[in-house]
Amino acid sequence: MSELTTEHTAPRLAAEALTVGYGDRIIVDGLDLEIPTGVVTTVIGPNGCGKSTLLRSLGRLLKPKSGQVLLDGKAISTLKTKDVARTLGMLPQAPVAPEGLTVADLVARGRHPHQSWIRQWSADDEGEVARALALTGVSELADRPVDQLSGGQRQRAWISMALAQGTDILLLDEPTTYLDLAHSVEVLDLVDRMHEELGRTVVMVLHDLNLAIRYSDRLIVMSEGAVVASGTPSEVISEELLLKVFGLEARVIEDPVSDRPLIVPIGTRHVYGSIGGPVAAADAVGVGSA
Amino acid sequence: MSLIDDKVELPTTVPSRPGFRVGPVSLVRRTTMVAITAGLLLAAFLLLCINIGRGDFAISVPTVAEILFGGGTKVERFIVMDLRLPRALTALLTGLALGISGAITQSILRNPLASPDLLGITAGASAAAVALIVLAGGGSFVGLLAVLGIPIAALIGGIATAVIIYALAWRGGVQGYRVVLIGIGFNAMLIAAIQWMLISADINDVARAQVWLNGSLNGSDWAQVWPVAIGVAVVGTIALISSFTLGALRLGDDNARSLGVRLQAGQATLLLAAVALASIATAAVGPIGFVALCAPQLALRLLRTPGPPILASGLVGAVLVVGSDVIARTILPVELPVGIVTSALGGPFLLYLLVRNNRKVSV
Repeated sequence: MSELTTEHTAPRLAAEALTVGYGDRIIVDGLDLEIPTGVVTTVIGPNGCGKSTLLRSLGRLLKPKSGQVLLDGKAISTLKTKDVARTLGMLPQAPVAPEGLTVADLVARGRHPHQSWIRQWSADDEGEVARALALTGVSELADRPVDQLSGGQRQRAWISMALAQGTDILLLDEPTTYLDLAHSVEVLDLVDRMHEELGRTVVMVLHDLNLAIRYSDRLIVMSEGAVVASGTPSEVISEELLLKVFGLEARVIEDPVSDRPLIVPIGTRHVYGSIGGPVAAADAVGVGSA
Repeated sequence: MSLIDDKVELPTTVPSRPGFRVGPVSLVRRTTMVAITAGLLLAAFLLLCINIGRGDFAISVPTVAEILFGGGTKVERFIVMDLRLPRALTALLTGLALGISGAITQSILRNPLASPDLLGITAGASAAAVALIVLAGGGSFVGLLAVLGIPIAALIGGIATAVIIYALAWRGGVQGYRVVLIGIGFNAMLIAAIQWMLISADINDVARAQVWLNGSLNGSDWAQVWPVAIGVAVVGTIALISSFTLGALRLGDDNARSLGVRLQAGQATLLLAAVALASIATAAVGPIGFVALCAPQLALRLLRTPGPPILASGLVGAVLVVGSDVIARTILPVELPVGIVTSALGGPFLLYLLVRNNRKVSV
């Protein structure tokens, strides 16, 4: 598991003509998708485009109306859920731990698919949990109740649980919800290292486009239940796409600290040239010297 | 910074979760929890002995213990084994069943109010039993029907109520608060139905129904103990084994499913076991209020666990019912049905849970 996987092999997770919805409402409509192995893929799209629904279907938390999700070539609905849980882990959005549950106990829950009622804490389990705690930097917090941690620490504890589960594929539904920017970056750094150094395939949903660009090898752009673009961030992100899919007028510039694009939203206020907005630097000098 | 640094040894043990491993069996060694659970077992046994010793012919606790393990005179053995043990054992088993039942419902529905007596399951069992007492009438109500009729009716009533509540709460899955709200509604309806039956029935039947409704251990004999003992042993074992998935279930439906729990099957097995246990207890002695609600909350505070511990909740339940029976029989001037004592103790405890604000009630 600790082997570095840099080669991209055949997709292990895929969707075939996937249609998902709630009641009569169709959210994801006839979607075909292949998740590349060994890289970080992020699904982005405007609110209500079906990105969380897609992720939950990939993690078999939602049953498709038609079509199927394939894990290693087999329909996920035909596999035993415990077997799936040894290959595919999914962290729901903003999970809540029972009050008083310690970090060590939470992370140990990740071993559930490897346990039975007589084998509840094998030496393997203990080793994997110890490792997961250390790798995510929460060993020192092991005895603290999860509900008393800061948002960033708490999310690291949950990711530690997902890591202890020992799955090759990891689905994260908005892992940075409720986190400030510093903690978001900290959590995404951790996710990136799990992929880079542990060879995990990561699929996540993110709201923040610039963070998605920075931390993803591939982006999947969804709009109204369908995939409208996919590829590397540089291939996918353009001013036209942002306007068409998100209805956002923006500049796409070179990120001063990385080789990826950076989105600068325009809006209507506080922008050079807008009514009541600031005056461009050159003009300001002119006015001041008059 | 790197996740994998060859120079730094990654830890292989989790100090706060030491292992207890024998052959294929492996558990977390939790010394304090085992000690407290053993203490509860001892407390339950002591109360059982005290309960047996009380009465017109008083027997000391050490003598009771001696007789239970095979000693004593012939007269003492008759009094203890044939006259008093069935009643005390029924109390113990009822408490055990109610405690386990409450721990499961509170854990699965993630609501400390979700106990079988507040959800209407006990009321369903009672309504069926009262209906049988009232409709069958005093004269025709003898023999086998008298021994088995009420327990079977109560068992069916309890399980049927649970199934209806579950079906009504179902919306592509079951949410705890919906079950609680629907259960409370059902509870009120069933209590109204019981009142209506009591008002419209023959006065002699009403008196008998009333004694049963207060949760009475009077008249327990071995013929009643065996079915309860077997029922509690079988269903209790199933519950304890299935409760392995509770750790994952307590993290919420999505997490539980991601961790490979067969959500519907796992929940249904546990809930059915809980309903069966509550119904068996009610069938044996009538509704005993608040034990299923209090025992798990007391147990989780004693053991300091994040959710109600199943076995310890059962033992606390046993201590509560046997202890209440001791109070009902000795401390008070008149011998009261045990259900009145548990309700008198449980009501204030419920209020305490609701007004307590430094720590929210846990499930």
